Order: sequence, then structure tokens, then C-alpha cells
Amino acid sequence: MSLKKGVPTADMGRDERHYSTELAVIGSGLAGFAASVFALSRGITCAQVGNTGAVAYTTGYFDLLGYCQDQWLDDPWRGLELLRESEPHHPLSRIDRKEIRAAFDQFTVALTEMGVGYTAPADRNHFALTPAGTVKPTLSVPETMLSGIEARKVNARTLVIDILGLQGFSAKEFVANMRSSWPQLSAAKLSFPDMESGGQVFPEVMARALEVSSNRERFAERIKAVLGDAQLVGMPAIMGVHHPDRVHAELQRLVGVPLFEIPTMPPAVPGIRLREMFEQAFPAKGLTLVPQQKVKRLELEAGRVMLYLRDSFGEMVIESKTAILATGRFLSGGLKAERVGVREALMGIPVIQPGSRADWYRQDYFDPLGHPVNRSGVEVDSRFRPLGPDGEPVSDRLFAAGILLAHQDWVRQRCGAGVAIASAYKAVEAAARLLQEQ
Amino acid sequence: MERSLNPVKAGGIETFETEVLIIGGGVTGTGVMRDLALRGIHCLLIDRRDLNAGASGGNHGLLHSGGRYASSDSETAAECRQEGEILKRVAPDCIDDCGGLFVAVEGDDPGFAERFPGYCDAAGIDCESLSPAEAREREPVLSDKLFAAYSIPDATVDPFRITLENVNHAQQLTDSLFLPHTGVEGFEIEDGAITGVLCRNTKTGGMRRILARQVVNAAGAWAMDVARRAGCSDVRLLYSKGTLIISNTRVTDRVINRLRPPGDGDILVPGGTVSLLGTTSDNVDDLEDIRPTVAEVERVLVEGTAMMPCLETTRFIRAFSGVRPLLLAQNGADGRSASRGFTLFDHQDQGLENFATVTGGKLTTFRLMAEKTGDLVAGRLGNSQPCKTATEPLPSGNAVRWTEPGFAPRFWYRRNDPTDMILCECEMVPQSAVDSIIESAPGAEAEMSLQAIGVRSRVGKGSCQGAFCSIRVTSHLYDRGVYDSEQGLNSMRDFLSGRFKGVQPVLWGEQMPQIELSEALHCSLMGLDQLGGKADEPEKGGTDR
Repeated sequence: MSLKKGVPTADMGRDERHYSTELAVIGSGLAGFAASVFALSRGITCAQVGNTGAVAYTTGYFDLLGYCQDQWLDDPWRGLELLRESEPHHPLSRIDRKEIRAAFDQFTVALTEMGVGYTAPADRNHFALTPAGTVKPTLSVPETMLSGIEARKVNARTLVIDILGLQGFSAKEFVANMRSSWPQLSAAKLSFPDMESGGQVFPEVMARALEVSSNRERFAERIKAVLGDAQLVGMPAIMGVHHPDRVHAELQRLVGVPLFEIPTMPPAVPGIRLREMFEQAFPAKGLTLVPQQKVKRLELEAGRVMLYLRDSFGEMVIESKTAILATGRFLSGGLKAERVGVREALMGIPVIQPGSRADWYRQDYFDPLGHPVNRSGVEVDSRFRPLGPDGEPVSDRLFAAGILLAHQDWVRQRCGAGVAIASAYKAVEAAARLLQEQ
Repeated sequence: MERSLNPVKAGGIETFETEVLIIGGGVTGTGVMRDLALRGIHCLLIDRRDLNAGASGGNHGLLHSGGRYASSDSETAAECRQEGEILKRVAPDCIDDCGGLFVAVEGDDPGFAERFPGYCDAAGIDCESLSPAEAREREPVLSDKLFAAYSIPDATVDPFRITLENVNHAQQLTDSLFLPHTGVEGFEIEDGAITGVLCRNTKTGGMRRILARQVVNAAGAWAMDVARRAGCSDVRLLYSKGTLIISNTRVTDRVINRLRPPGDGDILVPGGTVSLLGTTSDNVDDLEDIRPTVAEVERVLVEGTAMMPCLETTRFIRAFSGVRPLLLAQNGADGRSASRGFTLFDHQDQGLENFATVTGGKLTTFRLMAEKTGDLVAGRLGNSQPCKTATEPLPSGNAVRWTEPGFAPRFWYRRNDPTDMILCECEMVPQSAVDSIIESAPGAEAEMSLQAIGVRSRVGKGSCQGAFCSIRVTSHLYDRGVYDSEQGLNSMRDFLSGRFKGVQPVLWGEQMPQIELSEALHCSLMGLDQLGGKADEPEKGGTDR
């Protein structure tokens, strides 16, 4: 892949490649991508490195805040007020609501412009559909998923299809669990063109196949054959990896009724879409993207941050004026859990955490309070600079964003995208201020 | 004798009739069931939960050579040796005759190590002395601080497989029946005999009455409770909780025992593709909410690491606890020194002529326990058939092979059918395995849930501990029409809650990304933390493997 543009210095004679930039974003999850989007829009030169984090595991839904003080939130903005009362240290309690909204607006607009349409954040949460036939409160959803959410509200006559060989997605399951709130649902099973053997089929493969018009036509014929009097059709999220909105529109035209996607279990297409879109769009916007490589070492020097990493071409050094740590939690490797405690993986920044391993988890897996270890993370000041052992910022030029931040439980509170996008916005803002001051 | 497999339903109570009612679906109860069926007797086996829900599912699966007890209890040691030899003959499919080592490391008592061959000799156990170098050649992960080692004929047994095979064979022989989720509420007693047993279906709440000529209490740690319900005060048990941890891969070929008197963390037992490190021993007062703790895990790990330093960095995927029912001797003994022997109570002196309780004992001696019980019960029924379990091979049923680690992948590769999709990727359990369990595994007459499939297969037992396969199997069950309401999600929630009891104390290192992903899947994607539905009865009395 020749995605690395950047500004190589004169020192090209050696194997080591050297880039310099104003901002280095460490981490390729939602927070990292959001930080790059915000930095680019401010005209900051930017390099982004790191393994693709939990993006491949996303439903595609962008939650701001779905659960607070024992209740589902219809109004996440009101929820933020509740959160501020009960959890003043929560990252979202430390960011102004207007700024959160601006961040969501800017991010979803950017995604839509880059080719994956997202709904603009509104005053209320959507109650979005899950593959289990349950619903979850979320703020912004892919355009390909919207009509199903609307159809449930009005009990529209809807057919849900699943696909022969696709595991973990059963239309019957969806219908059985959704029936009480959406009686006019029915289920059907289809085979996907050229994948009729009964063996396992994969969402990503089908999504890429649906980018080809002849496959769309054949698949649409199969949907029409079982359509009956349904007003809408729901299906697993397979409507293309690139330009899903175009695939969606084309399929709808062929079938003749509105269609919508329902997320699937990972690795799922909505996350793959975002990753591939960023990987294509960012280099075109001048960003130096080093995907799938972990930073081995980070050194803070006077006036600059040095990142050392290596890929299959050899050593690489990124010299940056500022850096944002967006390395995620355990799944993405930002935090490491050892028998004696949790540590921050890259620099050993102090981690807020429960007193001992015996206190990490509650006894009940599904305890609505969530597990204490999941609120572990780094502490930041008002400029989103991580704090060192002395309670002072580790550096003026190092910032942190995303679920690496302490005092939040992104899974149980349904606030993962909210924390990622809003804290990335604040971290970039703080980095921009520092760059301006100099 | 007239008996009805199909219950008669009158006044809201289902009535079942059988010759012998057996209470407790562990290895002892199912052993009694098969023993009696081999004598031509019809049995009805009930369990408050499911097969192996107690100590039979919460042990390390060691088929004792007797070496562990040679120093303290020569009689039990000899019993273990004899029974081990019989089981290796009649049930080879359920056994891995892997052999075992006893090893002493720096700090252990050299005197004990020197006396060990003498103890074994007294119990008739083969014991070969090895040099430390020879021992480390056989098992390279052993500590270099080893100073004494002996080879003994330990083996391992799959406790799930043997239980399922027992039931399966009894069903074939006399149409005997297993009813899961059936708990004893009370006994109807007239003129010194039990005339009926009232039970509750713990899933539906419905009542069941069972009419039997003989009643056997094989309820393991719960045997004292059951006996008391029948008015018998002669069964006195000590509850000893033991905790073990399971590694992601098999650490040694052989069973590794610490060459010293029994203590925490003194044994590592292979179990197919994994290893089990144990065990603790702590007396507990009651059987509710038995779960492994972080402190217990640390204890076995610290001790185990002294024998095998590699355990320090081994990936563990699960812990579990079982409760040993130990028979209380007259002098108050503790869990380690109390007898591992078993007792058969005929309850004659308690004024009952058709009730028997068998408890105590060990996995290794279950067949002998069943034989003694079978002799008593058959005699009371006037049946003069001798016990056949010491010679009659245990047949292998098609629907009950799936508990063996490594069997499913072998089956799948051999079958080579691309449409037979893998539902559990860690353990490679294919759709056809789940289908055969639903159709014909013991207990299939009742509703087959994800939990029930978990007991009868390796589903949920690999490194992801059910994170993905719970979703895949549930979708498959909905597709097949096994579920048609919210109950499938409730069942998945209960299954995952049950798995978590064992996962929680070994969460560190590589298991942390796994559990974070699990929570994201089960809560954020599926919404299981916010289900409105009613949950099943919480798991009690131990966590299974």
C-alpha cells in the first residue's frame, strides 16, 4: 500500500523513514479517525498510526448516551445533564453540550461527504434495531438503517430476510423478539446469488458482491419472489462496502419498496465501511496514514514528540509537534491488564483503577451497574492532557481521547461514539491552540 | 410392573411411575441407573438442574491411581486402584490413560518423598522411581528445582461423557428416563415406605408426582437435604469446596501431582486439549452461591507455579468450583483429612424400607458405589440379577460423544461436509452436533436450551467462553424452531451469566480483550443487559467445567 505521503526529510539514504507533522494521532479506532477529521478541517498537518481498533466490531450506530441513572434515554441531551449530576468526572460531563453537538455534526457531515451517509444528530435518540430483535438508543445511524427504525414506530408491514449460511443472524429470531412491539413483521430465508451451497457465507463477501450490478439484480429478484404484501424489507448489513448509499438506492429501485439494514455480529460491514473509507479518503486529503502498525515507543523531547514504529519496509520515525493518544482500552491494546494491575501500554501513564483484581468485576455479568474495571483509564486535565504520577500533565503536547479515558463505561452507558467523537474534538482543539501559540 | 413413560396428568399434577426413582443426575446417580438397567430394572432419574450440575461437573476428571491417598488412607487408595483398572477396561472411550507423575520440588519434605514408594506398595499401586532428569525429559515444563519423581498409573476420565453414556445405555436397556429440572419437594410416606415423591419442575413451576417401589438418593452434596426431607437424620455431610482453573492449552501429557501430603494447588490434570490446575479445599456451610474467587485462583496458581514455572504466563480461560460431599466422621475432621470413602445408608433404622442414600466417595469409585447400591435395591425388589458393570463394556452413543475435547474437530474434518457449519469456532462444534444433541441426547425429551447443549458438548468451553457461539447457536435454535419467543435470549443471558461465574476470577492478560469484546457483543450489540424477561433460577451449587 502506498498510502504514506507525509513530508519525508532529506535523510532518505538510510532505511529509516522520517516524517514530520504538526499532529500525530495514535490509534485507528473511532476516536483516532474523528481526531484526524477534526485536525484536517482545521488545516493541521496530521499523521495517523495504529492498529484498527474496535471499528471492525461496531454496529455502525453512533451512540452519544443511551443509559443513565437506571433508565434508557429518549433524550440524550437531557441525559447529559443527569450524567453531570451523578458522574461529574465522566468525559462527557466535562464537555459543553454545544461542543458535543458541534463535534457530532461535523463528524457525521464529513462521513457523509466521504461516502458513508449518516443521519445528523437530532434532539432525540433513535431506538435502533439489533440483530437479536431488541432495540438500543443511539444518536446517529447509517442512512441504510434509518427506514427500519421509522417502520417500527408505525408498525409497518415488514419482511425481514436472513441468508442461507450466514451465522448469528436469524430473521425468525429477530421477529420472535420484536413481535410484541412490531406485530406486522414476518421472516423469510434467501440464498445469496452464487452462494447457494449451504456452506458458510460472510457479510463482507456479500457486501462486495452487491457492488456489482448484475448481482444486485439477481438478489433483488430473489427478494421480490418472497416479498408478498410487505411494505418494507429488512436484511443483514450487506449493502456494499464502498458507497453503500448508492447500493442501497439501487437495490430499493430494483425491489420497489424501501429496504433497510440490520447490524450483524462482527466482523461486520458497517465498521469495515468506515475503515476502508478513511483509508481511501485520508491520504487524498494529505494525511499520512500508517494503518495496522503499532507505535513501539514514544519519546517526549523539547518541543516535539517522537514516535518510533516499524512496518514491513523497516523502521519509521514520526516527529510531531503534538500527539493524541487514542489507543483504546483492552481490546485495542491501549490498556494492559496484568495480575497485579492495569497499566497504560505505550508510556506507562498512571491508570485510574480499582484497588485490587478482586474488585475488577461484580459477580453478575449483566449487573446494570457495569464492572468497575471498565471505568479504568487515564485521567486528563481540562485540555485533555493525560496526567502523570504527580497529577500534572505528562507533557504540554500530549493529549488523550476516546475510551482510553477513565470514568466511563462505554458499553453499558451506550456512550462509546460520544466519548470518542467529543473527546477527540476537545483534544484536537487543545492541540490546535498549542500549535497556534507557538 | 406397569410403568408409564408418558405421564398421566390429573388435577394439574403430572404423575410418573417407575420401579426405581433415582434422585441426582451426577455420575453416581447415573451409575446406579445403568447398574439397575443392566439388571432389567426400569428407572426414572431426576435432577433439580441437569446432568453433572454438582461435583460431577466440578472436578478435575482424575481417574485416581490411588497415589494421592496412599499416605493417608490406604483403603481408599486400594479402592481407587481397583476401580481405575476396571474403568480402563469397560469404558476406554471415556478415559485417557495418560499416566501420572508425583514430583517434589525444593522446599518439599524429602522424607515424604522417600516414604512414598512404601505407601504405594501397601496399596498395591505400581510406582516407578525416576531421576529428576528422566522426569523432566518426560515433562519438560517441570521445574528445575525438582529433586524426586515417581511415575504412577494415573489416568483421566471425561465426567460429562461417562454420565451421558450411563444415561444413554440405561435408556436403551429398559426405556429408563431422565427428567432434568425436577426438584424434590417432599415425600409421601405410609407404613414405613415412601409411596410417592412430590417434585417441582424448576423451569415451569409445575408439580410432578413420582410413584416408585424404591427410591435412591444420590444427590451428592445435597444428599443430606434430601434424606432429611424423608425424615432421615443419619446422613451427616461436611461440605468441602474445591476450586480449579483451566488453561487454554494442554500443559503436560501426564497428570502431575505434588509429592507431599495433600494441599492447595497440588495437581495438574490434562483434559483433552486443556489442563486443569487444582485444587483448594475449604469447608463451606451451605451449598448456595458456590463460585470460585480471585483469592482461590491465586492460591492454586502460586502453588502450581512451584512445580511448573510456565504456569506463571499460561493463559487461563476459566475457573470452577465444586463441593465435595464428605461423610462426617464422629470426630470433627477437616476437609483434607475427612474420609474420601463412601457410605450406603439403607435407612432401615430410620424406619424406611424402600429408601437408600449413597454419598461421599469419588469420581473414580462411582461404579463401585453404584454396584453396592444396585445390590441393595435389586435385592429389595426381589431381583437376583448380579451386577454387570465390572465386565459389561459401556457402549458409545452417537448423541453423547460431544463432550470430549478434540472429538468435534476430528468428526468435522472426517465428515468433510461444507454445509455442516461450525457454530462454536473455538471448539469446532458443528451444526450437526447441536442437531443430534437436540434430537436424541439424554434429556432431549424435555426442552433443549443453550445451557443444556453446553452440558452435552464443548459449546462455550473454548477460549472465547461462549462470546460468539452463544449468539450463533441461539440463532440456529431460533431457525430450527426450538425457540419462538423471547425465551431464547433469556436462555442466552442465563448461559452467559453462568459462564461468567467461572470466567470472572481468571480475567487478566489475554482474557481481558476477550471479555471486553464479549460485553460489547452481548450488551451493546444484542442488548442482553436490558432484557425485560424473567430469568431462570440462578445457578446454585457450583460452576461446571
